[in-house]
Amino acid sequence: MTATITPPKPPEAAEPSLARRLLTTPTVGPLAALLLACVFFSFNSDQFLTGGNFSLIIQQVMVVGTLAIGQTLIILTAGIDLSNGAIMAFGGILMAKLAAEGTVPPLVAIALGLLVCAGFGAANGLLVTLVPLPPFIVTLGMLNVAFALTHIYSQDQTVTNLPAPLTALGETFSIGDTRVTYGSLLTILLFLLFAYLLGQTAWGKHVYALGNSPEVARLTGIRTGRLTVGVYTTAGFVYGIAALLLVSRTGVGDPQAGQTDNLDSITAVVLGGTSLFGGRGLVIGTLIGALIVGVFRNGLQLMGVASIYQTLITGILVILAVTVDQLSRRRIR
Amino acid sequence: MSRSTRAAGALSACAIVATIALAGCGGGGDNAGQADAIKVGLITKTETNPFFVKMKIGAEAAAKADGAELMTAAGKFDGDNASQITAIENMVAAGVKGILITPSDSKAIVPAVQKARSAGVLVIALDSPTEPQEATDALFATDNFKAGELIGQYAKATMAGKPAKIATLDLAPGIAVGQLRHDGFLKGFGIQEGDPSVVCSQDTGGDQSKGQTAMENCLQKAPDINLVYTINEPAALGAYTALKAKGREKDVLIVSVDGGCVGTKAVQSGQIAATSQQYPLKMAEQGVKAVVDYGKSGTKVSGYTDTGVTLITDKPAGGVEAEDTEFGLQNCWG
Repeated sequence: MTATITPPKPPEAAEPSLARRLLTTPTVGPLAALLLACVFFSFNSDQFLTGGNFSLIIQQVMVVGTLAIGQTLIILTAGIDLSNGAIMAFGGILMAKLAAEGTVPPLVAIALGLLVCAGFGAANGLLVTLVPLPPFIVTLGMLNVAFALTHIYSQDQTVTNLPAPLTALGETFSIGDTRVTYGSLLTILLFLLFAYLLGQTAWGKHVYALGNSPEVARLTGIRTGRLTVGVYTTAGFVYGIAALLLVSRTGVGDPQAGQTDNLDSITAVVLGGTSLFGGRGLVIGTLIGALIVGVFRNGLQLMGVASIYQTLITGILVILAVTVDQLSRRRIR
Repeated sequence: MSRSTRAAGALSACAIVATIALAGCGGGGDNAGQADAIKVGLITKTETNPFFVKMKIGAEAAAKADGAELMTAAGKFDGDNASQITAIENMVAAGVKGILITPSDSKAIVPAVQKARSAGVLVIALDSPTEPQEATDALFATDNFKAGELIGQYAKATMAGKPAKIATLDLAPGIAVGQLRHDGFLKGFGIQEGDPSVVCSQDTGGDQSKGQTAMENCLQKAPDINLVYTINEPAALGAYTALKAKGREKDVLIVSVDGGCVGTKAVQSGQIAATSQQYPLKMAEQGVKAVVDYGKSGTKVSGYTDTGVTLITDKPAGGVEAEDTEFGLQNCWG
């Protein structure tokens, strides 16, 4: 299979293969949409095309973007995760409260938060695999469990006065005149890491294979159960990182956080060209999808358009993205 | 898969190059957007609640009159702190002179407010304070404690010594507005928290269907309830529906806070006995004016401005100062 995919070297053969590649790479459309949106807003707002503003947009999408990395993994296996925002909220409030009350040192609080989030992911994965239950139902249940635990544990109180390690990712460094948060950098590194893991490792190939056809994957010797649990656990761990990003961005532990982030992360994944039916899509597409949402929100705000129109446009784009996915699937078949 | 990884690598490389390139040329553009009209930002808790819709209308009218440009944004749900932070950042990037905000989470919004203020933006809290209140330059709001106190006094006078069995349909834990109204009501009625006459307390989130469920449960617990305090009129109407189903709507006194048009009509028709009316339009108008003043003269408002509250009822009692529903309907919101 690898042999046929290797891009042809001779330049005369490159033309048709490029056209085909454009049609079949699900990330091209989203990237074009993102660039077009950027061009549009550059013409319509003096403040849009600045380094500071782009740094801001990345900050604003880093939490949902990071959640969407986990969501991408799960959707690639033809699953779905409705619980990620709630898991993140619980991880965030856990880290914040443990650290602020001095129950454990801040770094231990962070580690515990990451582990608990990974644990939620593992629980999702085990229920999906062992019982087995549909991911939609498992994660719908877990959404409520994590939401309730967040409110019970926090007693609905926002946690303030966090020790420095919890907000370190919200600190900035400079590229030229632009201040970029460490959290933004971490988010981009995570995307690159998962692009590598999904694209270059056997594990990544197994994830795609599982999403394409669990039966075929099993017949080729992939331990699909173990793989599924691994994917959900990894996703959970990534939600833990999102929790830390959230805490560092807002500077508080917020029990109300993340209530729409499950759907927002699915939106980012779908806008990025990943198929909801599994087995097709790129994690970099998800970054583009998250940026599309962030660019529209920021650009429309700079133009003075009320935020409800951002929701309207996001809705239209999602339907468009799924339509493109469906049509291109039909073409492949 | 190697092909798609290569594409991914190329795309991400492009994205990073683009970001850095933009970062490099970023410095020059920062002051380019000082437009002639003063920009005012309004950030509400949600887009859909009539209270905030009215606030937006007031702000739009005031901005038009003062030749200012209004930008608006809102959270996706009540309590959506992240969207409010994002809106503050984007408005500061857009070069607003001042931001008017109804904070969804009084504590969690504070760091973002501080950042905006250190960028030279005047920040005024509307309707509900931040914690601490000094985190914003100023607060334009209803005195929610007084709003509660008024209906408490009214209820005391109307009950005229009859032993009270009270249900309180509250907002949600940890939200200042709800706590203040609740405490004000108790003070106005002349009782302490934990008084045995309060037989049932439930959170409703200010939602009609949750108000109904809460009242049904309260009636299950204590069928002889004869006074109901509600956080707002939707909760009050929910309670009315529950009471009506039990045939109790005539002999139970419902008092509320808000003064929305639907609520004021319910006072007129007698479903709600009295409500404390507040004035979101005024908050927004005064807020816009304060930002425009700051833009023109550089003077910042500070401290707390009470935007007023009026008891609305058609059955005044015991000398508690009140206006009738005709006045209420002329001044209602929503």
